[in-house]
Amino acid sequence: MPAPLFFDEMGLEKKDVRPLYRHIEQWLEDTPADVLAARRAQAEYMFRRIGITFGVYGDKDAAERLIPFDIIPRLISRAEWTRLEAGLVQRVNALNLFLRDVYGPRAILKEGLIPPELILRNPYYRPEMIGRRAPHDIWVHIAGIDIVRVDGDAFYVLEDNARTPSGVSYMLENREVTMRLMPDLFAQHRVAPVEDYPDALLSCLRSVAPRAGYGEAVIVLLTPGPFNSAYYEHSFLADKLGVELVEGRDLFVAEEVVYMRTTRGPQRVDVIYRRVDDDFLDPLVFNPGSMLGVPGLMGAYLAGNVTIANAVGTGVADDKALYSYVPDIIRFYLGEDPLLQNVPTFRCREPAALSHVLDNLSNLVVKEVNGSGGYGMLVGPHASAAQREIFAAKLKADPANFIAQPTLALSTCPASFDSGVSPRHVDLRPFALSGTNGVKIVPGGLTRVALTEGSLVVNSSQGGGTKDTWIVDIDAGVGGSA
Amino acid sequence: MLARTADNLFWLARSMERADFTARTIEATLRLEILPKSGPEDMAEWEGALSSVGALDAFHTSHETLDEPAAVEFLTFDRSNPSSICNCLENARATGRAVRTALTAETWTAINDAWLELKRFESRRRGAKDFDRESLARFLDYVKKASLDFDGACYRTMLRNDAYWFNRLGIFVERADNTARLLDVKYHLLLPSDEEVGGSLDYFQWVAILRAVSATTSYHWVYRDRVKPWLIADLLILKPAMPRSLISCYESIDRALDSLARDDGRSGASQRQARAMLSRLERATMSEIFQNGLHEFITVFLEDNAKLATTISEQYLFT
Repeated sequence: MPAPLFFDEMGLEKKDVRPLYRHIEQWLEDTPADVLAARRAQAEYMFRRIGITFGVYGDKDAAERLIPFDIIPRLISRAEWTRLEAGLVQRVNALNLFLRDVYGPRAILKEGLIPPELILRNPYYRPEMIGRRAPHDIWVHIAGIDIVRVDGDAFYVLEDNARTPSGVSYMLENREVTMRLMPDLFAQHRVAPVEDYPDALLSCLRSVAPRAGYGEAVIVLLTPGPFNSAYYEHSFLADKLGVELVEGRDLFVAEEVVYMRTTRGPQRVDVIYRRVDDDFLDPLVFNPGSMLGVPGLMGAYLAGNVTIANAVGTGVADDKALYSYVPDIIRFYLGEDPLLQNVPTFRCREPAALSHVLDNLSNLVVKEVNGSGGYGMLVGPHASAAQREIFAAKLKADPANFIAQPTLALSTCPASFDSGVSPRHVDLRPFALSGTNGVKIVPGGLTRVALTEGSLVVNSSQGGGTKDTWIVDIDAGVGGSA
Repeated sequence: MLARTADNLFWLARSMERADFTARTIEATLRLEILPKSGPEDMAEWEGALSSVGALDAFHTSHETLDEPAAVEFLTFDRSNPSSICNCLENARATGRAVRTALTAETWTAINDAWLELKRFESRRRGAKDFDRESLARFLDYVKKASLDFDGACYRTMLRNDAYWFNRLGIFVERADNTARLLDVKYHLLLPSDEEVGGSLDYFQWVAILRAVSATTSYHWVYRDRVKPWLIADLLILKPAMPRSLISCYESIDRALDSLARDDGRSGASQRQARAMLSRLERATMSEIFQNGLHEFITVFLEDNAKLATTISEQYLFT
């Protein structure tokens, strides 16, 4: 068998299984194919029954689909996690300081570390926030940082999601399903629990409430409604948090205070965990055509009467063009070297980089700086000549709108199919919570897996699936140690 | 609780209850229709069925002629009929999905399972023009079971807080409406002029009423007598022990509204109206009702019941 081109986190194909995975190896050996098939079917049944679906934009027939779930858990050792966690905390702290700065003194721009137009002309930079501070100086209350591996050592940050990152409900539900489907396998590992995520989120949201001494803060989760693709997650989280799931029409503003309409009359709201974009928060300030927002909400926010999480204007920190500056951002605000590496990135706004990218399109992944969900990107090696040509034209027309990265040899993990067990590319999205007590990360995250053989696109909207992610107290070293 | 959530819970319960009543009405009508008849074939039974679920006018605007397959299709799978069983179950799931946080996992699962099964029925009958009697019977059984599951899940798993009380209000306001319509329609339409009151055809028609509200056995336990129309009316209007009687529905409505008032620490127009309707039912006697006209009694009841629903909306739901 030829050596695999990719780092397999289990080491299955090389016949050199990492000790971390020894129980998984044993389990895969001992479990007959039909039992694995039954587990896959059970998992699907459980997800369908609970109603965990996601909507696909522009696909009317399949208005609700299941995200495929792969039953083989992905393992990360405690030691690896500890390193990763420290890097994530560092990164999120830096992003909070960065946001405070770019809406405040703009020291980083004055130092010339980032081209000012990249910030000030960014569509996600909110002029309404200039000169304003977020309550408690916390901007990114919930961050989803996408992490990939290419070898046994390094973790790379692929993307920062600082607006309304989703997927955490899958982290929690996947765990429920694996615990029920494979209780014995689960018991063999000491898996760090993730079930306290809702509690951690609730404390985080409580900690940033604007009023002190008025009793318990009233928190709501603001959703665009049942037609949003992540609606299941919104209702799931509201339920776990024990807070009302509201739509814009359930809220109103009077004298710069936000209220929700309840059966007992208006009730004051202190914290809004919003899962709608800035554009749809307040039709008086942002998108006037939006039916989703709450007229006057920005006024109440700027008056300090309500906390919006994440803060308004965080999009400027998760822009893909800004991504390449994050290591500098960390050094600038914290005076530390970044613990997590960035993927080398060509900023197409720079002429030298652009010509390099155009010359090497077939080896690169090109992304729109504001795209998300795997839309608007070109995976060079997998694209046809025609697709590359179209993209080259787009690039030349608006270079600042794109970045390019080498196609990473994303690590793989074993996945279970009718045809047997076979490696598939994965990434990882841990969720970091910033409150007044610092940054907290529940050990784990959402592992997304590209289920199509050879595919590197893990997005659920593009045929990706998910896996449960186990942070386990087993040595990850290579070799036969027990 | 959010006013929108309360509104959705109320209508979710109404949809599930209505689906159940429609299924029972179809069943009872099918049994009635296969009886030998003295007069010419007509569609009086199906007309009665459509009218007792409040769908007769809607049927006539979209259909030229009334026959069994058309009526069954209209009541079960016709998307253009807002009260068809499939629309009821679709609405129930859509509203359930919008208020998932107010439902227990069991309640949501009951609604979602019902909907998944509906999808299976739909895909199985795709291509077939209409139901054969056997699959129709299977379908109706499933609908009845779905509402039992829903009701049981609510009863067994929901906290006794406002979410539960709005759920109960939806169920009982809808149920009272259904029972009253059933009585009204049967009283009006199902007595052919050439059949003597108390004749054998009447007997089966009154039994069909009992069947539509699953009360054939209960009737015999309560009265230990053969089936008589005025006793059926008594059972369905004034017997608190009969869970679909108007008085029983109003006892439940009154309790739900009282609980809401207690939790809120304030009472309003809904509580007053419900209390008034309940005491009217408590004081009423069958002889008095018959004397003043059953039809008139039912008409007033239906109006008052609808009025109560409006008052609840105004008081709690900001609509």
